[in-house]
Amino acid sequence: MAHHDPVSAGKQTVWTRHQVFEKNSIILLIGILIAISIGGLVEIVPLFYLKSTIERVEGVRPLSPLELAGRNIYIREGCYNCHSQMIRPLRDEVERYGHYSLAAESMYDHPFQWGSKRTGPDIARVGGKYSDDWHRDHMRNPRSVVPASIMPGYPFLEQTPLSVPHIAEDLAVLALEGVPYSKEMIDNALSDLVTQGMAEDQNTAAFLKRYPKAQVRDLAAVQGRLTELDAVIAYLQQLGTQVDFKIYDDKANIR
Amino acid sequence: MVHGIQKKMTWGEGGLALAMTGLAVLSLLVAAKAYTTAYAFHAYLFAAASVAAVFAILNRYYERPAELPAQVIDGKPNYQLGPIKFATIAAVFWGIAGFLVGVIIASQLAYPVLNFDLPYTAFGRLRPLHTSAVIFAFGGNVLLATSFYVVQRTCRARIAGDLAPWFVVLGYNFFIVIAGTGYLLGITQGKEYAEPEWYSDLWLTIVWVVYLLVFLFTLAKREEPHIYVANWFYLAFIATVAVLHLVNNSAVPVSLFSPKSYIVWSGLQDAMVQWWYGHNAVGFFLTAGFLAIMYYFMPKRAERPVYSYRLSIIHFWALIFMYIWAGPHHLHYTALPDWAQTLGMTFSIMLWMPSWGGMINGLMTLSGAWDKLRTDPVLRMMVVSIAFYGMSTFEGPMMSIKAVNSLSHYTDWTIGHVHSGALGWVAYISFGAIYCLVPWLWNKREVYSLKLVNWHFWISTIGIVIYISSMWVAGILQGLMWRSYTKLGFLEYSFIETTEALHPMYVIRAIGGAMFLVGALIMAYNIYRTIVDGEPVKEASAKPALATGH
Repeated sequence: MAHHDPVSAGKQTVWTRHQVFEKNSIILLIGILIAISIGGLVEIVPLFYLKSTIERVEGVRPLSPLELAGRNIYIREGCYNCHSQMIRPLRDEVERYGHYSLAAESMYDHPFQWGSKRTGPDIARVGGKYSDDWHRDHMRNPRSVVPASIMPGYPFLEQTPLSVPHIAEDLAVLALEGVPYSKEMIDNALSDLVTQGMAEDQNTAAFLKRYPKAQVRDLAAVQGRLTELDAVIAYLQQLGTQVDFKIYDDKANIR
Repeated sequence: MVHGIQKKMTWGEGGLALAMTGLAVLSLLVAAKAYTTAYAFHAYLFAAASVAAVFAILNRYYERPAELPAQVIDGKPNYQLGPIKFATIAAVFWGIAGFLVGVIIASQLAYPVLNFDLPYTAFGRLRPLHTSAVIFAFGGNVLLATSFYVVQRTCRARIAGDLAPWFVVLGYNFFIVIAGTGYLLGITQGKEYAEPEWYSDLWLTIVWVVYLLVFLFTLAKREEPHIYVANWFYLAFIATVAVLHLVNNSAVPVSLFSPKSYIVWSGLQDAMVQWWYGHNAVGFFLTAGFLAIMYYFMPKRAERPVYSYRLSIIHFWALIFMYIWAGPHHLHYTALPDWAQTLGMTFSIMLWMPSWGGMINGLMTLSGAWDKLRTDPVLRMMVVSIAFYGMSTFEGPMMSIKAVNSLSHYTDWTIGHVHSGALGWVAYISFGAIYCLVPWLWNKREVYSLKLVNWHFWISTIGIVIYISSMWVAGILQGLMWRSYTKLGFLEYSFIETTEALHPMYVIRAIGGAMFLVGALIMAYNIYRTIVDGEPVKEASAKPALATGH
């Protein structure tokens, strides 16, 4: 493209100066790296230290081992492809799904599961909205409870025993990444999982101390053992229930 | 030629063979102690592939002459075309696979019985298979093939490295196999467009660093004083994707023996990092890389120089600088702080300008050659791709406006927008490049049948139009139904009523996608016939000089 360049005229213009990039691949690479770094740094870095980024809220706790196992199945099956977990502060959404989602409600989520598409409804506050039995029917065959549903059936979940012998390692990794799992929680991970899903009375008090307000009931009674479906139900039933919006003060956290 | 040189194994051959042996041993160890059978299966795949690689390296060494291939033969650069041929064929193969899975999941949304109630065939596992197959497998192989071709031609130098280009192409395709089989087996990070787990990510990192090095060293070897504009875009694509990949996939594995890892970012910060990554996968993988294709193949096919050198400078820097800011428009009205949403929206709107700078530069390259649109369906395909690029880069900024986004977000409008870019722009410029590249690589005068190219063009163009218009209707309809109130002030529709309303559009969309697939099958047949019995180039009329030379 030399015919465009005024080089022959001997004049220095912005176009001739640009040749430093065109003639040196390393300078071009450095220029590219600088150009692409600025936006990302400006938008991402402040989110880690601006105090107003995440609201101060009572009640948000790490997931219990059973709920975490359920969440991992939720991720494995790609549920996030069709269900969002992020209610926007728009009139119709708040009326349809409940209080808009707070940043604090997903602050222990590695990774986040806000989603990007609602082929099915938002489930950020699905916890407590339906019974465990409804979820069982729905997962086995969604059309048995919602005739026009286009959700796939997941009958295999209740046929698959829940097998997470290494769940304590999962908690340990999350603790390393900043989720407040204590050593006690990690050490008791497997027994806590059984306690929550089979309602073992002798351990329930200790479990509830570690995971306040978690729901303990005998999910395993249905199949005679804990299944993958039980873990998913435990996860779904706590979604959006940790913050008590009767006492939450919206105004205190206006950003 | 000097005869009688002692044949010596190069450091590359020896080192790679050793590294692959090490990987094979490690893989077998992991397979033996893996927490899940799916992970053990992947470890065995790694072991088998590394053993095959060692065998291939040694075999190649014993077969080859003592001297490595010459850099120059008779004063002409001795271009290495093998890896390019492989990536080109792989692109066609993965493209068809990805389009097919797309048609399947589109049909599942219309007829859920097609999920078959099995884990391996449910929408949630197949959708990442579709997106990865079309973006990373199809798009990625097109980018590998064209970048290795373009960088050699425009530098007038043989590609750097002997085994390295092969390592990049084969290693990348192995990554695709691991990622794709992983989704079907339920191995995923649960981050859109970044689903592969930690060990696939590590493998891709190694492949990608070698890719960057091969590209940089080839630039360093160039016989041309200037680095051609297409290479700026390729370099920006390779370097930025490396940065995005590393940051977004930072994770701690549960164990060496577990396929599961936890992303170090959480909640809101993870959302921001994810969409910084996600939007720039669009900006750098699907835009910068394919603009590079436009900057080489358009001028070559039209036999006209690039319209404006200065415009290419301006829009290059503006595009890469602004794209990186656009991520937060995926998070409008979420818990992400408003200042970040506003920044994202502002830059997304500004991004319209450099995008159209690229479109104008591409379209105006046709100045004085518009008549070729009548006679050359390959050129027509590329021109239409640039038109679709212009359309979707207008639609994108519009959808990033918060008021518009409050309606379009979470709906099929987004899906329609993505596909006008993906089918109309990315796939069409790729098809155009493949139709150019195959005859050049296999030394044929032209593709087997321009008539079939014409059929491909019309069938898939109608398919695209059907696809995107049905998704516009579906998205806007659903968005309006969600926010619709009765006179008494109640929400007018339950969620499931909005789902029911979309059924006809989902059927129409599946038909549009199927037409696009049929077009690609026609292309595959045409490519096959070109390679097998295309008319060879006559010696005298070897390739014309670069129309885009400096």
